[in-house]
Amino acid sequence: MGRYIARRLLLMIPVLIGTTFLIYAMAWAVPGDPFASRCGQRPCPEAFVQAETERLHLDQPLPVQYGHFLLNMVQGDFGTTFSGDTVLEAVSKAFPITVKLTVVAILFELILGIGIGTIAALRRGGYLDGFFLFTSLVAISFPSFVIGYVLQYLLGVKAGLFSVTVAAGAPWGDLILPGFVLASLSLAYVLRLTRASMLETLQADHVRTAIAKGLPKSMILRKHVLRNSLIPVITYIGADVGALLGGAIVTEGVFNIQGIGGLIFHALRIRENGTVVGVTTLVVLVILFVNLLVDLLYARLDPRIRYE
Amino acid sequence: MKQRRLIAAGALFAAGALALSACSSDSGSGSGEGSTDANASITIYSTKPQNPLVPGNTNEVGGGNILDAIFRGLVDYDPDTAAPEMSMAESIESTDNKTWTIKLKAGQTFQDGTPVDADSFINAWNWTAYGPNAALNNYFFASFDGYADMNTTDPDDDGPKKAPEPKAKELTGLKKVSDTEFTATLAEAQSFFPTMVGYTAFYPLPKAFFDDPEAYGKKPVANGPFQITAGDGDTGFTLTAWSGYKGEDKPKIAEAVFKTYTSDQAGYSDVLAGNLDFMNQVPAANLVDDQYQTDRPDHFVNKAVGVIQTTTLPQYDDNYKDNPDIGKALSLAIDRDTITKNIFNGGRTPATGWVSPIVDGYKADACGEFCTYDPAKAKEYLAKSKFKGPFTYSFNNDGPGNKEAAEAICNSIKTALEVECTAKPYADFATLRADVTAHKMDSLWRTGWQMDYPHIQNFLEPLYATGAGSNDGLFSSAQFDDLIKKANAAEGEEAYADYQAAEKVLAEKMTIIPLWYQAQQSVWSDRLSNVKVTPKSTLDLTSVTAS
Repeated sequence: MGRYIARRLLLMIPVLIGTTFLIYAMAWAVPGDPFASRCGQRPCPEAFVQAETERLHLDQPLPVQYGHFLLNMVQGDFGTTFSGDTVLEAVSKAFPITVKLTVVAILFELILGIGIGTIAALRRGGYLDGFFLFTSLVAISFPSFVIGYVLQYLLGVKAGLFSVTVAAGAPWGDLILPGFVLASLSLAYVLRLTRASMLETLQADHVRTAIAKGLPKSMILRKHVLRNSLIPVITYIGADVGALLGGAIVTEGVFNIQGIGGLIFHALRIRENGTVVGVTTLVVLVILFVNLLVDLLYARLDPRIRYE
Repeated sequence: MKQRRLIAAGALFAAGALALSACSSDSGSGSGEGSTDANASITIYSTKPQNPLVPGNTNEVGGGNILDAIFRGLVDYDPDTAAPEMSMAESIESTDNKTWTIKLKAGQTFQDGTPVDADSFINAWNWTAYGPNAALNNYFFASFDGYADMNTTDPDDDGPKKAPEPKAKELTGLKKVSDTEFTATLAEAQSFFPTMVGYTAFYPLPKAFFDDPEAYGKKPVANGPFQITAGDGDTGFTLTAWSGYKGEDKPKIAEAVFKTYTSDQAGYSDVLAGNLDFMNQVPAANLVDDQYQTDRPDHFVNKAVGVIQTTTLPQYDDNYKDNPDIGKALSLAIDRDTITKNIFNGGRTPATGWVSPIVDGYKADACGEFCTYDPAKAKEYLAKSKFKGPFTYSFNNDGPGNKEAAEAICNSIKTALEVECTAKPYADFATLRADVTAHKMDSLWRTGWQMDYPHIQNFLEPLYATGAGSNDGLFSSAQFDDLIKKANAAEGEEAYADYQAAEKVLAEKMTIIPLWYQAQQSVWSDRLSNVKVTPKSTLDLTSVTAS
């Protein structure tokens, strides 16, 4: 187990270098004058262009630029934003908020997704099953910003049940609606995945044996059905953490949450490439760690899985 | 066009001359509650500042709006008429429009107690004008004596060699007379100088800035009616009324919270739900069918601002060079009335010249017959011209309505002239600007201008004088240059006549086609009364009251 984790951690280094190089190259390969949008209709003062070119090493070839970036990154320096904050400062303010939002979304996926999926599987073919299958289809087919605006307008502006936008510091209560919107797409998939996986397990030999042995129903469900059905679901939710972090751009925009999504969006809009690269690098790191965590969780769910 | 390069001006012309649907916003009786609370705290829509909060280095609205609330310059603009009024200055006078004597009101201080004296202006202006400080508003000082010695150019244009260190660190044109008096000498006569110095770039700076510019940029110490007491760019800033402010325009509220939004739609939803008190521009989607007027009856304003949209023809391209007939043909072929109605829902007004109707000196119909839709005459001019098309119209796809407008313009040209016209999208403003500044455009493209200060000069000289900073199409006319020079040296009506004569030259050459003037649509909550929108397109924080 320890060796497995060490190997996985070492493997992260080439992955991280590869992805950051791609992100870096792409961010700077965007055509256009990187200073054009900073000075309005007028060309930027020459002294300004010079100072920025030098600061960002734009006058050097791409590999050299990237070398500078990598060297700084290893020392914990992810660059500076135009407004004078370090990227790390900006991220450390935004990241906890996005994590909170992601946690709320994951909770919805776990509780509602697995819960409803289980109920639907047990009542297969019933009215409830049909209803859930239909609503999950709706959730999958609508883009999340449509769901976001509709729910914001109906439940926030009109009914006043939820706050319309999220206050500074993102209190948990404010995050319920945006968390649900962010989760809606994945929630539908988790529901369907749980239902399908459960139906398969319900037909399995060991479940039939358990029923034949006369074990109590709840125990069969918990120990023999759910546990076995959850592996694909957990894999999906694990992979989803990355998607949620990225997909948060839309939801954070609709509900005005000052998280990572908003940070990247703002940086992209004003072409603050240094911030884009810095933030995405940190997001890549998080995704790598979450995936490691998911792989380790397998062993808890299925003792047959061993790491060597 | 997302950047602020501007100050807009008063509503009077908008309501009168333009007959825009200007709602009476000054009555303040909309809510009917009447009671006002001097301890009220109000919330205002804001965007994240892109740069540190230093006046010389801020050129977009996110930071500019906050600086304008906490700072006062030599002059301030009347929220109704846009006329400059003395603020920190006692008087700004000159006998030749070249050397200006500025006297300051005595006893004014910054929020840390240090005096607002001649040095605080001179040091701030020198800092901004000094090339190596790389301040974004550096070019505002180009007309001052000694500017050239403070700004050097790179000998090999962005190459490995660096620009040499400038010879001087101070403008020779700035001289301290006493603690409350200094003089500013310009390279050439500029009668609009007193109007110009109200712009953000000309605010004074206290000693605290020079001690630690970085810390200052995060929480500036200013000299205006409000001071920053909390917050940052990510969530917003809390501005508290400053008790030490000696100006007459004292705030009638205790606190203004500038809330940072990442999307204007979220801000609009907050206004509808009563969580946000003021939003200075309604999102494009809510302009359709004047929806914002139904959403917020009696709590909106629609007023003209100092922004004009134009189309530029490249004078470095052989097809368009010295070819006024082609410009006239194209201008006659654009149906401005229909396009502004269908695409901008009346949020814009067809232009009849190159100057926004909200500034003094504006004269309607400078463009004359060429700005009215006339397909028959358009064809005549096309026949006379040496280039017969086809045309492409380039635009940046990231601005709201740009794509629709570009396609409508091209369709209008196609129908009227019966030649091909293609709308060519650029991914964003920066990409378009790269080709524009490299002079790579080979056909028409979208241009626009937001004024820096409310004066007719700002719509002409920076854009169309030979070699001027924003003369993107390389328009050049000795007659135009002479008239502008003459106008800058003259005063009052005489100056306006020369500016207008210069504008007439643009109509003869027709290398820049006027399209439309822009308006601003703001909404506010039931709590606010006495709402006025300033010439800088923001809420006038010193006259607004809240319940």
